Amino acid sequence: MHMRDYDLLEGDGPRAIAHGLVTEGWYRTPIPRAQMKALMQRADQPAIRDTLLLFGLMIAFAAAAVALMPSWWSAPFWLAYGVLYGSAMDSRWHECGHGTAFKTRWMNKFVYQIACFCMLRDPSCWKFSHARHHSDTVIVGRDPEVAIMRPVVALKVASNLVGVPDVVDGLRRLVAHASGRILPDEATYVEPVFHATVIRTARVWLAVYVAAIALAVATRSWIPVLLIGLPRLYGCWHMVICGWLQHGGLADNVLDHRLNSRTVYMNPVSRFIYWNMNYHVEHHMFPLVPYYRLPALHELCRADFPAPSGSMGEALAEMLPVLWRQRTNPDFHLRRPLPPTANPYQDGPEPSPAA
Amino acid sequence: MAQWIDACATDDIEAEDVIRFDHGPRTFIIVRDHADSYYCTDGLCTHENIHLSEGLVVEATIECPKHSSIFDCRTGEVETPPACENLHTYRTKVENGRVLVEV
Ligand code: FES
Repeated sequence: MHMRDYDLLEGDGPRAIAHGLVTEGWYRTPIPRAQMKALMQRADQPAIRDTLLLFGLMIAFAAAAVALMPSWWSAPFWLAYGVLYGSAMDSRWHECGHGTAFKTRWMNKFVYQIACFCMLRDPSCWKFSHARHHSDTVIVGRDPEVAIMRPVVALKVASNLVGVPDVVDGLRRLVAHASGRILPDEATYVEPVFHATVIRTARVWLAVYVAAIALAVATRSWIPVLLIGLPRLYGCWHMVICGWLQHGGLADNVLDHRLNSRTVYMNPVSRFIYWNMNYHVEHHMFPLVPYYRLPALHELCRADFPAPSGSMGEALAEMLPVLWRQRTNPDFHLRRPLPPTANPYQDGPEPSPAA
Repeated sequence: MAQWIDACATDDIEAEDVIRFDHGPRTFIIVRDHADSYYCTDGLCTHENIHLSEGLVVEATIECPKHSSIFDCRTGEVETPPACENLHTYRTKVENGRVLVEV
């Protein structure tokens, strides 16, 4: 059994480098350049429409929730607001961080900053962290964004449904940054030229959080913190489930995203919240394709991909038993069959043992 | 010593597109912008050595296909992280329907 050490400083990183897993190459389904060029084209209209809808719904749900306080009738509106704040903002962070949502660059940057604040993710650190996640997807000791580490600790994974580990980590980093420190693991992937920006941002954010808490205390009301901060806890469950499905139960230490990522068909509400990142293999293989063109890309790739999961329920039913076994057997994972039309899997220089 | 090299025909590249051009051990990109001007830069992204020829050209910029850093092909300047280093650029000229680059 191969024990895994995910630490970016002292973990399995050197081993991954020695085994050729840290490389510029990654498997791509062959798609003619003309089609790829068309798929990469940006447009403002879909993202403006979705962003106006998102912010409009957040304002409407928050207004209804505040108006109904302190009645329990406000609860469904808080929950709806929370999911948009704590989950939809994750996908906005993601897509705008890639710069693919809008054609107009300042719009990506604007939404990215708001989404980063909601998700408690420093805009610069997470830009670099996510770049590393794309370079070294689920490479142990290299990828800073592994959602489910092995051996799986069920309680730790489940506690993320209410955001506890993420928020504790986010606050720890926020306080460190505000006090002028970049943490050693961040220093491995954040360019020094951005350190001053990280520190400045943390000081502004901390002031906003302190102001919200002070207002809550002064007015003896939960409303300020139910609007700012706490939704990251009570509304993140959708983001966490989608995050599990991205890579959970699949191979690690491979260079073919068909082996370590999952495409799942989802209902329209989840797709709006998640901004089509359910097409996750497609996204990793071709990160420049904006979310609104991923369904078209999916059609082009189908013959080369394992069959997508038919629903979130189906994907969870496939993944959860594997996670359960990974509590005691971290090497166990799913290897889904490819259609006969597909190119064979390219595990990489060191194929991991199949389940 | 720099010399002018015949890289491709002008119509080998669509408007707002890019091709890879290898010369000896070196790799470059030739970019045609929206106004039919041609540019040549290093072919590998300064962030992680990814071939830029699979990226997206918008006007006179190229976006890296891996992590979306955008470079100005006229100057090589990096406009968005995670890349922090500029690309080298090389002079180009068009003669008799051919794109020549000084490399
Ligand atoms: S390899 Fe080009 S931006 Fe990362």
